[in-house]
Parts: sequence; structure tokens; C-alpha cells
Amino acid sequence: MKKEWPLWEIFVRSKNGLEHRHFGSLHAADADMALENARDVYTRRMEGVSIWVVESKNITASNPDNNGELFEPAQDKIYRHPTFYDLPDEIKHM
Amino acid sequence: MSEAQIKSLEKEFDARIARDEKIEPKDWMPEKYRKTHIRQMSQHAHSEIIGMLPEGNWISRAPSLRRKVALLAKVQDEGGHGLYLYSATETLGITRDELFEQLHTGKAKYSSIFNYPAITWADMGAIGWLVDGAAIINQVALCGASFGPYARAMVRICKEESFHQRQGYEILLTLTKGTQEQKAMAQDALNRFWWPSLMMFGPRDDNSPNTAQSVKWKLKRKTNDELRQQFINQTVPQAELIGLTIPDPDLKWNEAKKGYDFGTINWDEFWQVVKGHGPCNKERMKARLAAHENGQWVRNAAMAYAEKKESKKLIKAVS
Repeated sequence: MKKEWPLWEIFVRSKNGLEHRHFGSLHAADADMALENARDVYTRRMEGVSIWVVESKNITASNPDNNGELFEPAQDKIYRHPTFYDLPDEIKHM
Repeated sequence: MSEAQIKSLEKEFDARIARDEKIEPKDWMPEKYRKTHIRQMSQHAHSEIIGMLPEGNWISRAPSLRRKVALLAKVQDEGGHGLYLYSATETLGITRDELFEQLHTGKAKYSSIFNYPAITWADMGAIGWLVDGAAIINQVALCGASFGPYARAMVRICKEESFHQRQGYEILLTLTKGTQEQKAMAQDALNRFWWPSLMMFGPRDDNSPNTAQSVKWKLKRKTNDELRQQFINQTVPQAELIGLTIPDPDLKWNEAKKGYDFGTINWDEFWQVVKGHGPCNKERMKARLAAHENGQWVRNAAMAYAEKKESKKLIKAVS
């Protein structure tokens, strides 16, 4: 019997006030072991105060081939940015 | 996909790299880019794992508690670096088991430097100072590699590795301030590790057929000879400072090139070791295989336990 341990994605909050950020991945038999391994692999130098582990197969990712229809429509919508609007010079901050 | 389509994708791909864009795992990439990265990144990962062996042997023999905790932490880092690199390699569509298989059957290589024995305590100093020093020069250049996961792993590794070199240099510094025997031990370690460290940068540029392609793909940001020269320039003054002599009678400062000229590297020895005939190739592989095989039942048991817990959860949910 030989079976590879599943892959987990590791997210670490470096300090309170910041979001969890993707740090990398590792193999572990279950979620508890993934947490323990993540502590040893990714936080040996006080890099974190909280860890999330998610089994990689549970992540649905967008396909880069679809980047055109997904992200390009935002390019011609410059009216969503404040600099699109003309204001008199007297208005310094708005 | 037709050949014309592939050609056009390749053109777009090369343009992205030329613009210094990063390539991420799910992006389209030429098959050769994928294969070359799997080869280089896995070789790098294997080097970290095999690199634990010569130093692991000295943990229980470290001369003080201070030295012992430092060496333990360094070896643990190397295990961690191997894991970062294996994970990054796996994003290219190869499994961990396949990577281990390639290492264990000799299909994949690791850095030849680890096929040299570490016979005295001073070798722990020389390995940290020279071997990690050379590795850092290689790795700093790789922080700008085009493949995102590789570059990110390199940034993390470089941050962690600078203490490795400093602790090694400190070991030699301490020995050179000691008795005659201790000083001789430090010099002996430098004598044995100097040339193999220079070989770590790989064959000369005129004998390295893959360099041009790797530079173009930004898998290499500098050539082997450039990195080797940088290492020598930086290391010679460090040796002088602690009163050690570089074992190269041809070593001489060249004002015109603002760098050191150095003697001829024994490339026959380099290829001998790469081909498996170094002093410790067999011993390293044997230790690695034993560790892997003796741990198999633990990995199996952990998996069986996880599956049992999972199925209990399911039964509970149904009833």
C-alpha cells in the first residue's frame, strides 16, 4: 500500500490587523497534521499568529485562458476612478 | 493545437518574459520551459534534502550548546527549503512521489558538493561559509526568476539563509583564534572545500550548452562564470581577514577587471563526481533511501488513520 498524502494550501496571518496571505503548500495526511507541518515549515521565525489550511482540491481557480472575458471589461470603465471627473482647481481635496 | 498556434503562443510567451512578467503555474508555457524548470527546481530541492546529511552527522558532536542549536536550526531550515522547492516544482504537474523516484533512481541529480565528506568540526564552518555562501549567490540571482513559484521560494530561502553563512564563518573565526591545531584544522577545511565550492556554479560558460536558453527564460539571471567570479571576489578578503590562505597559487588581484584571476578548476574531478564517482555518492544515496524506506510505514499509518477518522465522520453524519 502506498498512497501520497494530499496537498494543502497554507495561509498565514503575519500579525493581527493583517489578512491571511497564501504562503505556500505542503503534504499532510489530514488537517491537523497540515496545521502542525505548516507551523514548522512556514513560521519558524515568528512569521505568523494564525494559520489556515485548505486542502488544495477544494480550491476552484479561474482559468488564465479566460482572462480576456473576465478582466478586460474593466479596462474601458475609467469612470469608476476618481480622476475621471473634472473639478475646479479651487477644490484641493475631494 | 496546430504548429502555427503553438508558434504564436511561444512568441507571446517570450514577449511576456522579455517584459519581465512572471509566469504562473496555470499559464500556458512551452513544454521545454516546463521540463527545464522541473529539472532545475527538483535538483535544487534534492540538494537541500541531501545537504542535510553531512551536517546532520555533526549535530551530536557539536562542541557547545550554542553551536548545537545553530546547527540544528540550520539543518531544519534545509529540510524546510527542500519542502518549499518540492511544492513549487509540483505546481508544474509532477507529484512528490515521482520527484523522489527520480532522486532515488539517480535520474535526478543534486549538488555535487554534498558528495564530499565532512570529516572534522571545521568542515561545518567551511560548509556554512563557502557552500552556503556559494548557494546564496546562486539563489539571490534566482529571486528574479521568471517562474513565480520558484522566485517566491527563492526570496524566502534567501531571507533565511544568511544566518547559515554567518554561523559557518564564525566557527572558522573561532578556530583561527585557537590553538595551532585548531588553526590548522580550519586551514585544512578550506583546502578541501575551496575547489569543490567553485565547482558549485557549474561548468564554464563555453561548456554549458543550456545557459543561453536559461538566461533567455530568466531561469538564470547570470551565467555560471559571472556568479563564480562574484563568489571569489567576495570570499578572498573574508579569508584574509581571519588569516586563512586560499589554496590557489595562481590567485591574483586583477586591477583591470576589478576581480581576482584564479587557477584552473579540475573539471575531470567535477564530472567524475557528477557521474556518481565522488567520495560519498553511494553513502549519501544509501542514507537517503534508508530514511525514505524506514519512514514508509509511518506515512502509511498516518494516511490510514486520517481515512479512518474521515469515514467515522461520514457514518456519524448519515446516522
